[in-house]
Amino acid sequence: MTGDPTLERIAQGNGLALCAAGSWTARFAPVLEPMVTEAEKLGGSRPNIFIDVSQVDKLDTFGAWLIERLRRSLSQTGAEAKIAGLSANYSSLVDEVRRVKGAPASDTMTVTITGMLDQIGRSVAGFGTTIVQLVDMLGAVLAASGRVLIRPRTFRLTSTVHHLEQVCWRAVPIVGLITFLIGCIISQQGIFHFRKFGADIFVVDMLGVLVLREIGVLLVAIMVAGRSGSAYTAELGSMKMREEIDALRTMGFDPIEVLILPRMLALVIALPILAFLGAMAALYGGGLVAWLYGGVDPEAFLLRLRDAISIDHFIVGIVKAPVMAAVIGIVACVEGLAVEGSAESLGQHTTSSVVKGIFFVIVMDGVFAIFFASIGM
Amino acid sequence: MTPVSDRAGEATDAIIRVRDITVQFGSTRVLDGLNLDVKRGEILGFVGPSGAGKSVLTRTIIGLVPKIAGRIEVFGVDLDSASARERRGVERRWGILFQQGALFSSLTVRQNIQFPVREYLKLSQRLLDEIMFAKLGMVGLRPEVADRFPSELSGGMIKRVALARALALDPELVFLDEPTSGLDPIGAGDFDELVRTLQRTLGLTVFMVTHDLDSLYTACDRIAVLGNGKIIAAGSMADMQASQHPWLRAYFHGKRARAVMGS
Repeated sequence: MTGDPTLERIAQGNGLALCAAGSWTARFAPVLEPMVTEAEKLGGSRPNIFIDVSQVDKLDTFGAWLIERLRRSLSQTGAEAKIAGLSANYSSLVDEVRRVKGAPASDTMTVTITGMLDQIGRSVAGFGTTIVQLVDMLGAVLAASGRVLIRPRTFRLTSTVHHLEQVCWRAVPIVGLITFLIGCIISQQGIFHFRKFGADIFVVDMLGVLVLREIGVLLVAIMVAGRSGSAYTAELGSMKMREEIDALRTMGFDPIEVLILPRMLALVIALPILAFLGAMAALYGGGLVAWLYGGVDPEAFLLRLRDAISIDHFIVGIVKAPVMAAVIGIVACVEGLAVEGSAESLGQHTTSSVVKGIFFVIVMDGVFAIFFASIGM
Repeated sequence: MTPVSDRAGEATDAIIRVRDITVQFGSTRVLDGLNLDVKRGEILGFVGPSGAGKSVLTRTIIGLVPKIAGRIEVFGVDLDSASARERRGVERRWGILFQQGALFSSLTVRQNIQFPVREYLKLSQRLLDEIMFAKLGMVGLRPEVADRFPSELSGGMIKRVALARALALDPELVFLDEPTSGLDPIGAGDFDELVRTLQRTLGLTVFMVTHDLDSLYTACDRIAVLGNGKIIAAGSMADMQASQHPWLRAYFHGKRARAVMGS
């Protein structure tokens, strides 16, 4: 009933008839296209060309367009091309495609050296913008906290508690587990290498200083950036996509006060708690390995630990936590609000929230190290 | 052989045949032994109270919602016993316009419309572009829209682009889920007109879920009404108005219906 499409050439005096037959439909479009392109080359060979479509069983947009395209390119070469034998049912379809203007060329993406250099330039310049955005958000959050301090009733306690549960309480198991394992590894490596000098016991000093000053808080901050920073960006980003943030604004609410302040506060409270728990878990893990693997019994471990570390070490570590939390929170919120309409944009900003969050956390840690070294702590 | 005589010859043959469909979510039975036929070449309007399961039936036919009993045949293929290959063949012959458009947000209008074509047919970029512009023209959009992203389009434009994507492979059957919801009355009227024109030019069968009385009145050949998990009435607009069923009376003789019919 519906056969493969064909396009036959029949010479008629000084004219030419192109007889189309079969199904000129989407299914056969891959066959039809080269056939039509071939026939287009006949243009100019004869002054009169008929495209006879009376034998076509089925026609759809693809077929109708290809016939129309054939007619156009033949006409362009000066020949007089006509479509003949069109049945009444299909004439409206052909009329429809006749209205299509030549397709404007599509912008194809070309990868060139200049393009790549251009991209690098833009991202370097973009770094400055990032800093400005972060400072801007910091200011907005501080201004919002000021407003809340003046009118404490506008503070969103329920929301803050909800986020505190999400970023703190629910993070305890994974943070505890990972810091415990890191403590174990530091201790094992320390003992393994210190044993060569017979300095086994100094592993306690290393563990105490490293965990309390640096590793504990840094590791927890990186985990929180990955776990909660990404969640904040995704939440705010999808709210932005669905115009929820615009809705809040039109109802007279400040999105910073309603959405961002509770999240920031939850993070600033959560990170010191998690850092403390993480440090304890790491010390416990380290102590356990020192006992089981290094033969340092718990009593000796604790005694040595008391000598090795002072409260300063602990303060140096824990003071960094809220600052790092604020950095993570601000980066996450800036990225969340920068999300545009597409799913791809949400993905990009969530990625860059985590990447930038971790980067700034490490930069902060470096700044703190210089600061504490210069005040002699 | 022409499509019209083709259709006239097969008018008795149903393009969608739904038999004793039962769909249940938890303990709520949404569809309960429902039967429905959609004839080739018609525009069927599908109405019913909110929450009656109109979208559920559409999604069940398309295969997005599992049913617990019954049989669905589309183009004469039983979708339960069909092989993956047969199913793909059926899916290629239907197009679906989702309620929210469901355009791919990270692709441009051009890429959205070309997506199904590119997957199924191996064509040159030139032909892909030309077909895309033909489809854009058919749904009444200007070629400049082609390189915009869905987030840069208005609600009405999203519906039109989604329709163009549904029509990309020249399907024989289109499902429209509330095509005119969220459009202004003039835009909605244009859309009805568009569906009618496309149905005539392309010889489509249209299955349209709608709440819009204007659409029912101007675009649909036949109306089916869903209630209590079953089809409570099916027929022409005149049949609907003559019906004594209380919900039908309220729907087709209410204040808004009178306003539509009076005009």
